[in-house]
Amino acid sequence: MNDGVNGVALTVFILFFLAVTVMGFLAARWRKAENEQSLDEWGLGGRSFGTWVTWFLLGGDLYTAYTFVAVPAAIYAAGAAGFFAVPYTILVYPLIFTFLPRLWSVSHKHGYVTTSDFVRGRFGSKGLSLAVAVTGILATMPYIALQLVGIQAVLDVMGVGGGENTNWFVKDLPLLIAFGVLAAYTYSSGLRAPALIAFVKDTLIYIVIAVAIIYIPIKLGGFDDVFGAASEKYTAAKAGGLVPLEAGQWTYATLALGSALALFMYPHSITATLSSRSREVIRRNTTILPLYSLMLGLLALLGFMAIAAGVKVTNPQLAIPQLFEDMFPDWFAGVAFAAIGIGALVPAAIMSIAAANLFTRNIYKDFIKPDATPAQETKVSKLVSLLVKVGALVFVLTMDKTVAINFQLLGGIWILQTFPALVGGLFTRWFHRWALLAGWAVGMVYGTVAAYGVASPTQKHFGGSAKEIPGIGEIGYIGLTAFVLNVVVTVVLTFVLKALKAPDGVDETSPEDYTADAGDPGVEVELPPATASTTH
Amino acid sequence: MRVVIALCLLAPFVAMLWVGSYAKVDPTFIGIPFFYWYQMLWVLISTALTMTAYQLWQRDQRARRGGTK
Repeated sequence: MNDGVNGVALTVFILFFLAVTVMGFLAARWRKAENEQSLDEWGLGGRSFGTWVTWFLLGGDLYTAYTFVAVPAAIYAAGAAGFFAVPYTILVYPLIFTFLPRLWSVSHKHGYVTTSDFVRGRFGSKGLSLAVAVTGILATMPYIALQLVGIQAVLDVMGVGGGENTNWFVKDLPLLIAFGVLAAYTYSSGLRAPALIAFVKDTLIYIVIAVAIIYIPIKLGGFDDVFGAASEKYTAAKAGGLVPLEAGQWTYATLALGSALALFMYPHSITATLSSRSREVIRRNTTILPLYSLMLGLLALLGFMAIAAGVKVTNPQLAIPQLFEDMFPDWFAGVAFAAIGIGALVPAAIMSIAAANLFTRNIYKDFIKPDATPAQETKVSKLVSLLVKVGALVFVLTMDKTVAINFQLLGGIWILQTFPALVGGLFTRWFHRWALLAGWAVGMVYGTVAAYGVASPTQKHFGGSAKEIPGIGEIGYIGLTAFVLNVVVTVVLTFVLKALKAPDGVDETSPEDYTADAGDPGVEVELPPATASTTH
Repeated sequence: MRVVIALCLLAPFVAMLWVGSYAKVDPTFIGIPFFYWYQMLWVLISTALTMTAYQLWQRDQRARRGGTK
């Protein structure tokens, strides 16, 4: 694999990388507002993005480099089971169509920057809000780390990652540079940088996929041959297959549903959502975002092509970059690598901003310095965004890659446990705040313990995300089982607490806040400073 | 109207979570097994359904606003 450096590909890669770096720094001037020193500006791009910018931003944010590497890698290794990403992203959009506009409205009205802001405002509970914030940060960190893993995979295939025996500094230098650049422009431009770079990223990705899906099958002799070769491989390896067997169908469905429910609980999805200009922008986006799902489906098929093309790698993560290197002329392989590399930068930037916002608003301001000014908030957020990224880098450099993947798996299970508080809270205030907290805790503990207990041929713990569902006996996604437990505990305890007349928190929102749109009374088109309405 | 909107949004869940209904190889489409092209087709179907829901929703909102004010 490390048969020397691929000079042409590397040059193309570096050129694209330089171009987006310049864009990242210039982004600070794009749609610049007067009061720069507020978290709304740095962390939400002034809440000014229209339909198309939001589309690129969300697309750039949700369909990460890791997705591009991992989904076909899963297909390459296990076949049909890896395709669950497609139904998963199909289900996301009808789902968010129902609740995201409400979240947008109430956040706009009250100046909420994070989901925890909303939970605190709705249930009057700092404890619950802290739980949501901590879960968000914990789930996001390994996700950022995986983006760096994605860049590493590309660098490896290009031959600049060095082999196992090279000096660690030489080996990690390219990653350190990429990382430094990312950190610098996120710090200076905030959310505007990834929004602008997302245009380049998605354009590149679409071009690469379109070319790959036509060019590679022609070279391999058509889809018949591609699937034929794949089928042979699965049969020979006695693992995986072209369609999921009876036993695997529960897993497939629960994984799709659980992941769909979890996706918009992630802080970075919400950050991109709240940066949009109006309620309509979000609804309209749910109708055009599926275009990315189609792309993801096509991309997944590349996993089969890697098999048919005879790509042999011990680490499935390298299958797709290797396929590109084998099949494409050098210069286009460079374009493809750039697409993946830049595809890692956009979400990494948004994720670090989202995690930083959570820390600033729901830990720093709520617990450490309640009288922080907007300028101070922004300063803290900028610093934390750096810290988060350094943390992710240390993670990737010091620990085995599987640790990052394990934690990402856990992160998905964890983040799903914030669903009842957030989405439940958007529709009803019936749930009791302490019941929600208890439900969350039960879900977290069950999910963690269950995931720890899953063994796979290569790992003793965290070997997968599916386990037998207690009481049903089928194998299902742990996150979804934990979620059901969470809801049951929350409902039962709410009844108990209501009977005991436990004190409810103060709800600072009113029913009409949930349907407000830009231009309505009380919702200014240009937002007031973020803190105006939360200093009660 | 709201029932139709709900059905539009619910349909993809029924179709996608019922894995048994599409876990098969035949019929293939240009060499791609049914399992894969059927789910990709559903990306388009669910998009169309969500768009319909969006249009209906807007019409519904306009009707309600016109009615009450």
